[in-house]
Amino acid sequence: MPPIKLTLNGKPWSVDADPDMPLLWAVREIAGKTGSKFGCGAAQCGACTMHVDGQPVRACSTPIGSIAGSKVTTIEGIEGKVAKAVQDAWVKLDVVQCGYCQSGQIMSAVALLTDNAKPTDQDIDSAMSGNLCRCSTYVRIRAAIHEAAKALEI
Amino acid sequence: MPDGHMSDTSRRRFLQVTGGAGVGLMVGFTWTGTSRRAEAAAAVAGKAFEPNAFVKVAPDGTVTVLIKHLEMGQGVFTGLTAIVAEEMDADWAQMRAEHAPANAKLYNNTAFGPIQGTGGSTSVYNSWTQLRQAGATARALLVAAAAQTWGVPASDITVSKGVVSSGTHKAGFGELAAKAATLPVPADVPLKDPKNFTLVGTKLPRKDSAEKTTGKAIFAIDVVQPGMLVAVVQRPTRFGAKAQAIDAKAAKAVKGVVEVVEIPRGVAVLATSYWAAHQGREALKVTWDETNAEKRGTDAIIADYKALLPKPGQLVTKEGDVDAVKGAKTLKAEFTFPYLAHAPMEPLTCVVKLGKEGCEIWAGDQFQTIDQMNAAKTAGLKPEQVTIHTVYAGGSFGRRANIESDYIVEGVAIAKALSDTKVQGGKLAGRPVKLIWSREDDIRGGRYRPLYVHGMEAKLGADGSVLAWQHRIVGQSIMAGGPFEQPGKPDATSVEGAAEIPYTIPNRLVDLHTTTSPVPVLWWRSVGSTHTAFAVETFLDELAAEAKQDPVAFRRKLMEKHPRHLAVLNLAVEKAEWTKPLPKGWARGVAVAESFRSVVAHVAEVSQDDKGRIKVERVVCAVDCGIAVTPDVVKAQMEGGIGYGLGAIMYGAITMKDGVVDQSNFDTYRCLRIDEMPKVEVHIVPSANPPTGVGEPGVPPLGPAVANAIAALTGKRIRDLPFAGSVSV
Repeated sequence: MPPIKLTLNGKPWSVDADPDMPLLWAVREIAGKTGSKFGCGAAQCGACTMHVDGQPVRACSTPIGSIAGSKVTTIEGIEGKVAKAVQDAWVKLDVVQCGYCQSGQIMSAVALLTDNAKPTDQDIDSAMSGNLCRCSTYVRIRAAIHEAAKALEI
Repeated sequence: MPDGHMSDTSRRRFLQVTGGAGVGLMVGFTWTGTSRRAEAAAAVAGKAFEPNAFVKVAPDGTVTVLIKHLEMGQGVFTGLTAIVAEEMDADWAQMRAEHAPANAKLYNNTAFGPIQGTGGSTSVYNSWTQLRQAGATARALLVAAAAQTWGVPASDITVSKGVVSSGTHKAGFGELAAKAATLPVPADVPLKDPKNFTLVGTKLPRKDSAEKTTGKAIFAIDVVQPGMLVAVVQRPTRFGAKAQAIDAKAAKAVKGVVEVVEIPRGVAVLATSYWAAHQGREALKVTWDETNAEKRGTDAIIADYKALLPKPGQLVTKEGDVDAVKGAKTLKAEFTFPYLAHAPMEPLTCVVKLGKEGCEIWAGDQFQTIDQMNAAKTAGLKPEQVTIHTVYAGGSFGRRANIESDYIVEGVAIAKALSDTKVQGGKLAGRPVKLIWSREDDIRGGRYRPLYVHGMEAKLGADGSVLAWQHRIVGQSIMAGGPFEQPGKPDATSVEGAAEIPYTIPNRLVDLHTTTSPVPVLWWRSVGSTHTAFAVETFLDELAAEAKQDPVAFRRKLMEKHPRHLAVLNLAVEKAEWTKPLPKGWARGVAVAESFRSVVAHVAEVSQDDKGRIKVERVVCAVDCGIAVTPDVVKAQMEGGIGYGLGAIMYGAITMKDGVVDQSNFDTYRCLRIDEMPKVEVHIVPSANPPTGVGEPGVPPLGPAVANAIAALTGKRIRDLPFAGSVSV
C-alpha cells in the first residue's frame, strides 16, 4: 500500500497507514499531535474537530484514505487573526474547565467566525451544537465568540 | 464523596512536616519510590527554596504550588494557588501550579483522613488553613532572609506583589530564595486578617487557560512512553458476568495487534495503535459465564423497588410522630430516578509501566492513595512502590475516584499479564501499556449514579401548615464494601439532603431500603443530593400549591430557623425579580439545597412553544460557599453545575433490558448541548466564613427549580426522571 499524502499544519505529511484509520488516530498516534481529542469515535461530540481544506470535520469518523491530498489543520497549527482572536477571547473569559473538549470547540469557533464575522446567539448555537462540553462551559463559549467577533471588527 | 473532619493527627503530621524541618528544608520532599522530582529537587538544592511540601520558589522568582488535588476542571490549580499567593503577598503572574506526587503522608485530604484524593467538593475546604499556613511560612522565611541580608528588623519589611522591601532595599522572592532555604522554619506563623486579602475574593485568571486553549495541556490519553502498547478491554455485556471461553484467533490476525490477554475484568487486546486494538476487539469472540450476572431490566428493578415502598425501612430521621398527626389533607408522591453515567469528555485512560521493582502510573488520578493500594495488590508490590503521575483529567464528576480503582487496576492487570513468561516467552514484560476506554465502554461500563425510588407523604393543616413529612428512599448503597462504609448504619450518601432539611416540620420520618445488585454504582456530581433535593424541593412546591401559597413565601416561613438558607433564597429571588411578570408562555420555579456545606438556590425561567416544547431560558443562581476564594471559578462551577444538572434531568438515563444496557454513546445517552444551555446569572453571598464546596452544589437545586417552573407553566408535576419521558423537550 503506498503511503497517503496530505498536508498537516502546512507541512507535507506522508502517512503509512490503513486507509480506514480515522484521521484522528493518524494525527494523534502517527504524527504525535495530541491536541485533538478522542471523545466518542462516532462524530457525536466534536472533541476531535480539525479543519480539512478549511472546513471543520470530525476527525474520529473521517478515514484518512478519504482525504488524500487535503490540507489538514489541527489546534497545533491554527494561525491567523481569527484563530488568535478566538484563543485570546477564550483566555480572557476563562472559558475552559477540564479543557478536554476545548481544542474542538476552538476549531469549530474559528470555522464559524471565518464564515460569519458577526454571529448571533442562534448562529453560535447552531454552529457549535455538535461540540459537547460536559463541564457545560457553553455560557462562556457564546460570550467568547461574541468577544472574538468584536475584537475582529477593530 | 466521603467526608469527615480534619483529624488532629493529620494536623500534627502537617505541622511536623512544615514546622519540624529545622535546616532540612526539603524534608517535605522525601518519600519512597522513584521520583523524578526528588532528583530534580536535589539537583537544584541550595538554589531553589522549598519551605514545605506545598511551595517551591525558584531562583527566577517563580512560585510553584504543589496541588494535592486533581485538576479536573473545577479550578483547583487556580483556587489553591490563590490561597498560597495571598499569604505570600505574591504577584499572581509569578504563581504556577503543578500536581503533587501521590503521597498520603504529605498530601492527604484532611476531610477524608489518611487518604489523598479529590471529591466531596472538599479541595478548597480542606486546604484552606493548610495552604494559608504553607504560604505564610514561606513568606516569613523570605522576610527573615531579607532582614538578615539587609540588617534590618523583620518588622520593617513589607511584601507586596512579590516584592520584598524595606526603605531603599528591594528584592524579588527569587533573589532571597537561596538565603531563605538556609533558615530554620518558624513553627507558628500568624495568618493574614481576611480583611487585608488582596487576591482571595478577586477575579484571578485561571492558571490552566492558556495550555487548554492551544492543545498543549496533557491528559492521560496524551501520555506516550517508549515501547508503549495500546490496550482496549472487552468487558461482559451483563454486569457480574465472567469470561468463560476466549477465541482470539481473528483478533490476533488484525494487523497491529500484538497480544490478547485475559484479566479479571475482561479480555484485553494489545496493539501498536488504538485503531488496531479497536479492530482487534471487534474480531474477538468471548463467551461469558452469566451465572452471577444481573439479568433484570431496569423496569423490573423499579418494580422491585416500588414493592418496598409500603414497608418501613431502616430508620434515618425521626422527629415527633408522623402517624399520630391527623391533617386536613394528605398528599402522596412517588419518584423514580434512573441510573446515570458520568460521561466525562475524556474516557477513562491510564498509562502503566510495570517493572520488577515498581509500577509507574500516569492518570487523571482522583484517588491516589486508594489507587496505589489497589495497583500494588494487583501487581504484587507494596503501595509505596507505586508511583502515580497525576495529569489533568478531562472531567470526572466522580467517575475517576472509585474504591476498586477499576480502570487503574485493569491497566495494571494487563501490564502484569504481559510479564508472564507464558505470554510470548515474557518478551513483552515491562512494555508500558496505555489503556483507553471507548465511549461505549464508558456508557456501558457501570459505576452509575444508583437508580432510586422515593415515596413521600405529607399532611397539611387546614391553614396550609406542614404537620407531617415522610420520606422513604429505596436504592443501592454507594459506600457498601468500601473504606467509607459505616457498617450497620444507613448509608449517609443515600439520604443526604433528605435526612436533614432546612424546613421546620414538627413530625418527620425518613427511612431507607438499601438494595443490592451486580450493577456497580458510584458517587455522581453531588451524590445523594442528585435525587433527594429533587424529591424534597418538588414535593414542597406541591404542598405550597396545595396550600395556595406562593412557593417562595411558603419556603420562607418554614425556613425561619435556617437564616443561611433563607438569605440564599432571598438573594436568588430578588435578583431573579420573582414577582415581575414574564412573557406569555413563560413561568418561574425555585429550589434551594444545601450540599457539601454550601447552599445554592436557583430560580429557573422556562418557556413552552406552540408545539408544546419546553425550554429553560434563564437560571438565576445564588450561592453561599463561605469566602469565595476565586469568585470567577465559583461562577464557572455554578454555570457548569446548572448545565450538567439540566442535561441529566432532561435526558439522562441508563436503562437495561434483561441486564443489557440500552445506551452506548452520546446519541443514545444524550447530554446537554449549547443550544439547550440557558442564560445563567450567578450571585455570591458575601461571607467571612471559611470556604466550602462549589464543584457539586450547583447541581442539586437545578432539577427541582426547572420541574417547579414546568409545573407552574403546565400544571404537570414531573416525578419520573428524565423529563423527556414526561414533557416535550
